[in-house]
Amino acid sequence: MPSLGTSFGRGGATTFQQDLMNADCVTIMGSNMAENHPVGFQWVMEARERGAEVQHIDPRFTRTSAMATRHVGIRAGSDIAFLGGVVNYILEHDRWFDEYVKRYTNAPVIVSEDFSDTEDNDGLFSGWDPEQAQYDVTTWQYAGTKVHAAAGQREKGFSPSRVKGEQSHGGHGGGLSHGNPPETDDTLQHPRCVFQILKRHYARYTPEFVADACGCTVEEFLAVAESLCKNSGPERTGAFVYAVGWTQHTVGVQLIRTAAIIQLLLGNIGRPGGGIMALRGHASIQGSTDIPTLYNILPGYLTMPHVEHYGGLDAYIDMTTAPGGWWGNADAYMVSLLKAWWGAAATPENDFCFSYLPRIDDDNSNYWTVQQMLKGKVKGYIVAGENPAVGSANGKANRLALAKLDWLVVRDFVEIETAAFWHDSPEVESGELKPEEIATEVFFMPAATHLEKDGSFTNTQRLLQWHFKAVEPKDDCRSELWFYYHLGKKIKERVAESQDPRDLPILDLTWRYPTSGEIEEPSADSVLAEINGWDSTGEALAGYKLLKADGSTSCGCWIYCGAFAEDKNQAARKVPHWDQSYAALEWGWAWPANRRLLYNRASANPDGEPWSERKRYVWWNADEEKWTGRDTPDFDAEKKPDYVPPDDAKGPEAIRGDHPFVMQADGLGWIYAPQGIVDGPLPTHYEPHESPFLNPLYRQQSNPRRQKNPDLAEDPYNPPGSDVYPYVLTTYRLTEHHTAGGMSRFTPYLAELQPQMFVEVHPDLARERGLKHGEWATISTARSAIEARVMVTDRMRPVKIDGTVRQQVGLPYHWGQRGLTTGGAANDLTHMALDPNVHIQEVKALTCDIRPGRRPRGARLPDFVAEQREIAHADNGAAPPQPAETKDTTVSKR
Amino acid sequence: MGFSKLLESWPVVRQLREGDALGLGRAVRSEKSRTLKPRIADADHVGHSICPFCAVGCAQLVYVKDGEVIQVEGDPASPISRGRLCPKGAATKNMHDGPLREYKVKYRRPYGTSWEELSLDDAMEMIVDRIVATRDETWEEETPDGNPAKRTMAIANLGGATLDNEENYLMKKLLTAIGVVQVENQARI
Repeated sequence: MPSLGTSFGRGGATTFQQDLMNADCVTIMGSNMAENHPVGFQWVMEARERGAEVQHIDPRFTRTSAMATRHVGIRAGSDIAFLGGVVNYILEHDRWFDEYVKRYTNAPVIVSEDFSDTEDNDGLFSGWDPEQAQYDVTTWQYAGTKVHAAAGQREKGFSPSRVKGEQSHGGHGGGLSHGNPPETDDTLQHPRCVFQILKRHYARYTPEFVADACGCTVEEFLAVAESLCKNSGPERTGAFVYAVGWTQHTVGVQLIRTAAIIQLLLGNIGRPGGGIMALRGHASIQGSTDIPTLYNILPGYLTMPHVEHYGGLDAYIDMTTAPGGWWGNADAYMVSLLKAWWGAAATPENDFCFSYLPRIDDDNSNYWTVQQMLKGKVKGYIVAGENPAVGSANGKANRLALAKLDWLVVRDFVEIETAAFWHDSPEVESGELKPEEIATEVFFMPAATHLEKDGSFTNTQRLLQWHFKAVEPKDDCRSELWFYYHLGKKIKERVAESQDPRDLPILDLTWRYPTSGEIEEPSADSVLAEINGWDSTGEALAGYKLLKADGSTSCGCWIYCGAFAEDKNQAARKVPHWDQSYAALEWGWAWPANRRLLYNRASANPDGEPWSERKRYVWWNADEEKWTGRDTPDFDAEKKPDYVPPDDAKGPEAIRGDHPFVMQADGLGWIYAPQGIVDGPLPTHYEPHESPFLNPLYRQQSNPRRQKNPDLAEDPYNPPGSDVYPYVLTTYRLTEHHTAGGMSRFTPYLAELQPQMFVEVHPDLARERGLKHGEWATISTARSAIEARVMVTDRMRPVKIDGTVRQQVGLPYHWGQRGLTTGGAANDLTHMALDPNVHIQEVKALTCDIRPGRRPRGARLPDFVAEQREIAHADNGAAPPQPAETKDTTVSKR
Repeated sequence: MGFSKLLESWPVVRQLREGDALGLGRAVRSEKSRTLKPRIADADHVGHSICPFCAVGCAQLVYVKDGEVIQVEGDPASPISRGRLCPKGAATKNMHDGPLREYKVKYRRPYGTSWEELSLDDAMEMIVDRIVATRDETWEEETPDGNPAKRTMAIANLGGATLDNEENYLMKKLLTAIGVVQVENQARI
């Protein structure tokens, strides 16, 4: 999500599913929408019925491909090469939307002369520090600016190279005065302007290069590029659709950035039928980022304070506030959050209890935690509605980590693998774990389903939709709301008499929610009301513009401010679609400010008129002197199109009337990201962490900034180019199952519909390895081996890369030991090398071996895996040296 | 039954009389099919819900009788789903009341080889004991170089993308207040 946040300002889909029907071209990549978001796919079909072209670019031919105008098969992990080719095509053939690019993006901005490109440094940007294995981003800045919070902050420990992707949500755009980059060239000719840098960066991504790197034909690539170009401009728009097929790579954030660059060049953001539709895979994955259960952010994408970066509230506000745009009011958002949490105890005199917040390190994300567990440093773990034993990369490392805990609480509907690891897991079968030797105390707590509780999910288009409780939960089943509310109440009681300052954040915590019924269920409405916030008179706030930094307002998540406006649950609105326009502004409530299509100021030209009648959406009404249209305008309603901010303007006032990206410090869409992303201002093709191929562009094989674990015995890697693991492996979902299976493998209808783990292979690979349709195969990596039924199908296509044909293997990842249908967990094969911006694992492109027959049983399984690892080293002298830990073969030695 | 009635009960006769050669009309109705009612007809009330699986956000209608869910189906009023559900959404009731659903707390003691029974109240008290004790034992007021830390790194929490916003809010608020920073969910996974 930093990709969308850094490029446009907000970490969410820029559009909404229904608007896909207005597209003239829908490009689906990194998603199998027809199978994984089938009901949303109806809007793609609506577009196609209206004449749109639908393109699917994916390693597999799926039902999405079957419904598309064209499918282009590429090898897993080559997406940036493909999309970079599209950027090059647009620039080579003068196909960009000139006025949009010049007026709404940072293409004309001149970049610091200290910047140098990957093309100059064999795959590295300027600022690379080989010792730290990270970039100093100062050389990436706009010319004439300093990194935001430069001089004064350095003494306080601020180091620009440490600016985190997700900590820079909204692209705070340092050093800008009154919202404008200091040096620009509106002719786009200056050699150091973003446009020319872009041109040079992608010059080698020719159609021939794309064909060689991705394994498609030149003609297939050209058809995609041409369709994108011809369906853009004042009269036409195209949309991109992606899912975790893009995210789950060591270059995941950069991959999505490439699509952002294309959409900005083609003028497709903020316009009907345009945008980037991020498809999320859980009911409220967007919501769990907005109101984050994530280590590095607070509600509304405010950063968690860092041990080294922030002293008191003032330093935090200095660092978080942007000179221009809506992040200019970060002080109001933060103080209102502190008021929501610590109420009357939060006063101006005590920094509104800012010191109560715990501090984070650079990385305290999930996979870091798993490693801390393996080292015995984590004692207690609460898992609520997630199944890391089979759902997280490197399932074995995750299960071994659970066995090192003192206590574990698992809250779920059924006894998932995470709850059962101590008596039913591959390691118990192999003898690597013995129940009588595992010290972990396990509490299984049955959870209430969504039918048994009130609450809101935030769907893939930032829309909060309320679900009403239909029936009471039975026996011990309880909602998470109940669990955390009563947990908090009891913890408060325990420390009630404490004088220890460390307990003040608990004692002062506001924790009054009305409860009802025999089980004392807290009111979800009252929690949403607190999230929405109040003014000093207790009146519900109507929107985030009303938030103040003086402590007179309280708001639990500033971007959700308005969800309980007029003291009414706006998320619970259910006006049928037939009684309103297609934007359906009265069904649920979308953040921010009930806007359905973000940056919609860009649907009008700089003068405020629609680019075309066909693509009319939001425009300036000169008679009434305000913005109006089919949606809530994503702009100050009364800011004139020709508004030029005065020199001393700050925050939203510093954004020009013709700059539509109001969250960005400069109001511009960022083709080039001077900050906010840790692995480069522009996306570059790197090979996956595990790849059979050499990087065709640079000696720098993979993302130099990716996170890997060379010292972790439990996470060994397949050497690049290894003959032992010669095939490309990719993982995916099926329509009938859901994620790690907790909600589907245990459900009779779904288990029956999709009853068995399988592996998809092409007939050529089946011949090569003697695999027979319907029989067993064993798939292995340096981590483990699993078995699956063979599905021989030409849906899974071989690719010809640089003259060599390579096979790809496809695995659904829903299975595990337990449930009504059981089978090998694909995540036992995957590793924990991560994208450096968001710490997400690379499970869409790695390498593996496959051979006929069932996997070895019992203790022979780890032995087999270890033997393969040994051979891989012996046979792989030409490969780059591997970390020593892979020689330490069996994990059971730990 | 008189002869004419008996004859009448023979669908072929009715088909002939009504010109319904293909047997698709009223002629082939039986007493049973005539009195068939949808199972939702007896519902006490209909609740509005949202599908819990993926993030498309399809709306659901939940039919309830005698305190039990008797049917879950798509809500035609939704501007996103327009009444449709996919196989997962359509299996919602089956997920809700499936045979493997757990209704009681289960406890596994250290080195234990089987689950034991435990009351919900006792489980809550025991979990609070452990959180409070672990926090006390592992509290970091400062980092080794003297920066404020105010946290425990020995407790972690995982999950959230399948939960409600309100639940995530209480979770983050409480855990932050007690100094737990390792709060994570599926957004990263």
